[in-house]
Amino acid sequence: MAKHPAHEGSVGIVAPQRVHVPGEFALQCGESLDGFELVFETYGQLNAARSNAVLICHALSGNHHAAGYHAEEDAKPGWWDACIGPGKAVDTERFFVVSPNNLGGCHGSTGPATVNPATGEVFGPAFPTVTVKDWVRSQALLADHLDIERFAAVVGGSLGGMQAMQWAIDLPERVGAAALIASAAKLSAQNIAFNEIARQAITSDPQYRDGHYRSANANPEMGLGLARMIGHVTYLSDFGMGQRFGRELKSGDLSAARDVEFQVQSYLRHQGRSFSQRFDANTYLLMTRALDFFDPAGERGGDLVAALEQARSDFLVLSFSTDWRFSAARSKEIVDALIAARKNVVSAVIDSEHGHDSFLLPLPRYISVFKGYMDRLADAAEAGSADAA
Amino acid sequence: MRPDLKIIADLIKPGARVLDLGCGEGELLAGLQAEKQVNGYGLDVDPANIAICVRKGVNVIEQNLDQGLSNFPDDSFDMVVMTETLQSVRLPARMLDEMLRIGQECVVTFPNFGHWRSRWHLFLKGRMPMARHLPHDWHDTPNIHLCTVKDFERLARDKGLRIIQRFVAGADHRNHPLMSLMPNLFGAIAFYRLGRPERP
Repeated sequence: MAKHPAHEGSVGIVAPQRVHVPGEFALQCGESLDGFELVFETYGQLNAARSNAVLICHALSGNHHAAGYHAEEDAKPGWWDACIGPGKAVDTERFFVVSPNNLGGCHGSTGPATVNPATGEVFGPAFPTVTVKDWVRSQALLADHLDIERFAAVVGGSLGGMQAMQWAIDLPERVGAAALIASAAKLSAQNIAFNEIARQAITSDPQYRDGHYRSANANPEMGLGLARMIGHVTYLSDFGMGQRFGRELKSGDLSAARDVEFQVQSYLRHQGRSFSQRFDANTYLLMTRALDFFDPAGERGGDLVAALEQARSDFLVLSFSTDWRFSAARSKEIVDALIAARKNVVSAVIDSEHGHDSFLLPLPRYISVFKGYMDRLADAAEAGSADAA
Repeated sequence: MRPDLKIIADLIKPGARVLDLGCGEGELLAGLQAEKQVNGYGLDVDPANIAICVRKGVNVIEQNLDQGLSNFPDDSFDMVVMTETLQSVRLPARMLDEMLRIGQECVVTFPNFGHWRSRWHLFLKGRMPMARHLPHDWHDTPNIHLCTVKDFERLARDKGLRIIQRFVAGADHRNHPLMSLMPNLFGAIAFYRLGRPERP
């Protein structure tokens, strides 16, 4: 298919797919779902040996649309188009990329906005608590559906990196390599504090209505927008914000000063507003809780080395110099534990002024290390495929 | 493999845990991984070196040696290697302590400032020596702690370190008979295998 000129260098037009997984799906919290659906996208071709599959795990506000465009007129590509596509770090000419929307999400997978088959009503706040471990198990069922026994790599940034780590620990025989980018082995008290403020912003919005806003045809826009604004500040660096907005006044005139006067104010308000139109408040609460509860070492008395000793995969751990949400020091904790657990690991700290959001950007050194690592995995997958043939 | 790296590689037992401080392009570790199945890691800070290590499949970790090695527990490696890097760290004596804390043994190599060419250069020209193994101008050199074979051995003696093996080579990393006879005068590169101080 010929590509739209603006889509050059991308995977082009993509369409979401959907899988229904029947039967009881028991969750870590003790509750269970009577079957569930996952929406996902795939890019590239699965080879004959089925050895070149890569799973992309999304972060807090992400979804299955990681690369390419849904329509000719789309202005923006998928959220990780900087890293996924022909010739990119995750090279779709060589890998078969699988990118699902997580269970509990709000972009097509079963979640709080879905109708509960047992009651005939929207789940809403009754949707059970979902953990990173649950996501890994549900993604493994998607892999079964696609007849993928083992991923050449499980890749993710931020909360996505946490899923990649959990994959390596829980399903060691199904992961060739885990790429953990701008991630952490667990949240700090400060991380949880920011999540709590975001949750309070949502639940204290009168339109939240104890989570039953959908049946009342309402949306806690203010709360959800505020939650996004708080999150957004933690995704950027002080320096990066200064570079981008400085103290620029919108009108440039103090005598005309009104409520929204600084550029950064209007930027944040815009971010909050647009987010509240495309994201579900209950899903946001669910995702932040999954983040808070993530702690693979916790099951082993806080011993991260013991947890990572379960893994059979290799690891790539990347962090960014100005990331203060999941700082380079948090990645270093993972790297030290991986070395103590005698795992193969490559680690780099990328100099960047863009804070946590750096992992989404096409920074040359970041892409060079990421692509160098992935290309080796592709070589190995192709060698394996040649052996099988 | 470079001759000096070959000597180091020969010291390392199959399956050993090896840490290479300032691993450069990862030549030593790539060789050890392929031939001896070692569990090896290399530390470096140079982006170009790191990119090359990644392409070779070497476990490269971006870490600045001058920020210390406190993230590594005691006895976490069988061998800690540092080739031609000791002279560029901020605290070489402290570095040796750390290498023998986290490793059972260590190997260090460094350019010998006592080599006759350096002495001749300084004596005749009255200028800081530059040579094949010391290519930098004085103001633009990473080598901030150059020493001679004698200097190094004095430090090792003061610390009570065991010198298990000593070897000197030319700038081509090859040994010639004269060098063994008068290492401080004829050796361009010095190589030491060290063990922890003997307990009294």
